[in-house]
Amino acid sequence: MAQRFLKPLAAAALAVLAGLAQAADIKLGVAEALSGGAAQYGQSIRAGFQLAAEEINAAGGINGNKLVLVIEDEQGKKEEAINAFKKLIFQDKVLMLFGPTLSNSAQAADPIAQAAKVVVFGTSNTADGITSIGDHVFRNSVTEADVLPVTLSTAVKKLGIKKVAVLYGNDDVFTKSGYDNFKKALDAQKIAVTTTETFAKGDVDFKAQLTKIKASNPDALVLSALIAEGAPVMVQARQLGLNVPVIGGNGMNSVKVFELAKGASDGLWIGSPWSIENQTKENGAFIVAYTQKYKSAPDQFAAQAYDAMYITAQALKKLKLTGDLAKDRAALRNALPDVKWTGATGPFTFRRATDKAGNPAGYDAAQTAIVSVTKNGRYAIEK
Amino acid sequence: MFPDLTVLEQQLFNALSLGSVYALFALGFTLVFGVLGVVNLSHGAVFMVGAYAALQAVTKLHLPLAGALAVAFLASGLLGLLIDVLVLRPLRARNAPHLIPMIATIGLAIALNSLAQGIFGAENLRFPAEVLPQETLHVAGLHVTVLELGIIALSFGLMAVLLVVLRGTQLGRALRAIAESPKAAALLGINVGGLFMLTSFFAAGLGGVAGVLIGLYSNALFPLMGQPILHKGIAVIILGGMGDIRGAMLAGLFLGFAEVLSVAYIGSTMRDAVAFGLLFAVLLLRPKGLFGTVNERKV
Repeated sequence: MAQRFLKPLAAAALAVLAGLAQAADIKLGVAEALSGGAAQYGQSIRAGFQLAAEEINAAGGINGNKLVLVIEDEQGKKEEAINAFKKLIFQDKVLMLFGPTLSNSAQAADPIAQAAKVVVFGTSNTADGITSIGDHVFRNSVTEADVLPVTLSTAVKKLGIKKVAVLYGNDDVFTKSGYDNFKKALDAQKIAVTTTETFAKGDVDFKAQLTKIKASNPDALVLSALIAEGAPVMVQARQLGLNVPVIGGNGMNSVKVFELAKGASDGLWIGSPWSIENQTKENGAFIVAYTQKYKSAPDQFAAQAYDAMYITAQALKKLKLTGDLAKDRAALRNALPDVKWTGATGPFTFRRATDKAGNPAGYDAAQTAIVSVTKNGRYAIEK
Repeated sequence: MFPDLTVLEQQLFNALSLGSVYALFALGFTLVFGVLGVVNLSHGAVFMVGAYAALQAVTKLHLPLAGALAVAFLASGLLGLLIDVLVLRPLRARNAPHLIPMIATIGLAIALNSLAQGIFGAENLRFPAEVLPQETLHVAGLHVTVLELGIIALSFGLMAVLLVVLRGTQLGRALRAIAESPKAAALLGINVGGLFMLTSFFAAGLGGVAGVLIGLYSNALFPLMGQPILHKGIAVIILGGMGDIRGAMLAGLFLGFAEVLSVAYIGSTMRDAVAFGLLFAVLLLRPKGLFGTVNERKV
C-alpha cells in the first residue's frame, strides 16, 4: 500500500535534487561600507550590484545558474574589511569578492584575497597602488591618475587658466592621492600654483583657507575632497566672494552637490567614467531601471558596481563550473582579464597594472573620462 | 587699498565665528560636567539629534527657523532628560566610578548614531536654502553672513545668561551647592534629583540648538556630525577649566583664533598641530585650565 505513495514521492525528490544540481547558485561576496562615514558610497554600490544581479537572474542567470550575493558590511574600516573578506572567502566560500568601498580598506584587505587566490574586484577604489597588490586584484574604477589630467587640461583649455590654488583633505588616502595626481598634472601642464591648503575630515569651517586662497588671486580652485566637505567648501567660497571655477576630483562627482551646495553649485568641473547626462543606450536603460527600483537617481558608484557585475557575468558565462572551489576560482581569475563590455559607463576593457618592481600585477580599467561642468543644477558634458 | 589688512580683518572675523561655533557647543557640554560631574560623551549625538529634529520640522512641518530651533531644543532636551533618568541616575545611585558614565555615554552615542543612520541614511543632508537669508553682507570690506552674526551673538548671549543665572539667582545658588557636593546639597533641602534633570534637559537642549546652527553653518547634516565637534568640545572644556562657563567661552574662542591664524600665517597642514600645541602649552602652565582652580569644581 505504502509503496504506491512512496514511489512517486521518491521520484519527485530525486527530480528536485537533480534540478538543484543542475541549477547551482553562484555565490559572489560583496563587502562594502554600508554603515559609517563611507556608507553613502557603499549603499549606492550595493544598489548597483543588486540591480545588475536581479537583471541577470531574470534573464536566465549564468547558463541557467542563479547569482547569489552574500553581502557584508565592512563599515569603511580596514579591520572590518579584513574580517568581512575572511568570512566571505573561508566561511561562505564565495567564488569571488566585490569591494571594499574605500581605497584605504582595499590596501588592507585585498592582500587577504590575493593570498587565498580569490579574485577581488573593486568598483570604487581609485587610489594608486591597489592593483599592484597582486594578480587577483581587479577594478573597473578608473583611477584618478587617468581622470584628473583630462579634467584639468579640458578646464584649462576652455577657460584659459594660468594659475590655480589647491585645497585638499590631507588625512584621507583618497583625497590625498587625488591631490598627488593633481599636482603631477599641474606640473606636467606647467600651471602655476598660488597656494596649497589642506583640511581634515569632519571640518565644518573652511573660511580661513578660502580667505587665504582668495587673497592669492587664482584663476581657479583645484579641489580634492569628498562631497561631505567639498559641498560646504563651494558654499563658503562663494560666501567669501571667491567666485572662480572649481576643478574637482572624483569625490565631487555626485548629483548631491546640487542639493548640498544649492545656490553655489555652478562652475564645478569634474571628470568621470560615468555621467548621468551621457546619452547612450546602455546608460539610459541603467538609469531608468535604477530609478524605477530605488526611486532615486543613480550616481557614479552605482553605475560602476552595476557594470562590474555584468563584466563578471561575461567571464562566468565562458566558464564550466566544476564545483571544485579552488579550480573554479582559478578559472574565473583567468577568464576575467579578456572581458570586453559596454555598459552604463561606456566601452570597457581591463589594462594590466604593474607592481612596485615593475612586474605584471592586477588589472586596472582602460576607459576614457567624460569631463562635465555644473550649470543651473545640472551637469553639462564638455567635449 | 590695503589688501593685506582686509585679509587679516576677514581672518579675524572668521576666527571669531569659528570660535563662537566651538563655544556654543562647549557651553552645554561644560554645564553638564559642572553640575553633574559627568563627562557626557553622548553630547555629540544629542547635538546631531537636534539638527535632524529641526530638519524634520522644517521639511515635514514647514516651520520657520525659530520654530525649528524650538523643536530642536525640545527634542534634544527630552533626549538629555531620558539619558539622565535611564542611564546616569542608576549609575549615580550605585556610586559608579567616574569612568563608567563616560563609557556608558560612548555606547549611547554609538547607538544614537546608528539609529540616525538607520532612519535618515548615511548620506549628507542639508537644510533647505530658504530657511535662512542666504546673501552675504558686506560690512567694512568683510564678507559676513547673517548666520555667522547670529552664532556670535547667541554664544555670547547664552554665556551671559548662564552666568547671570548661576551667579545671581536662587536656582544658580542651588546648582552651585550641588556642584560642591550633591550629598550636602540634599541635606540642605535642595531637590538634587530634580535639578540634575533640569540641567540635563537644558544642557542637551542647548546642544540641539548648537546642532541646528552648526548644521546650517556647514551645510551638512550626517549621523556622525557630532563626532569631530565633540573632540574639539572636549579640548575646549578642558582648556576652559572643567565646568566653567566663562572658561568654555574663552577657550572656544581661543581654539577658533588658534586654528584660523595658524592657517593664515603658518599653513593649513599645521592647523591642528599648532592649535593643540598651544592648548597643551596653556595646560602645562595652568593644569586646571584657564578658569579652573585646584580642588574646586566650578559651575
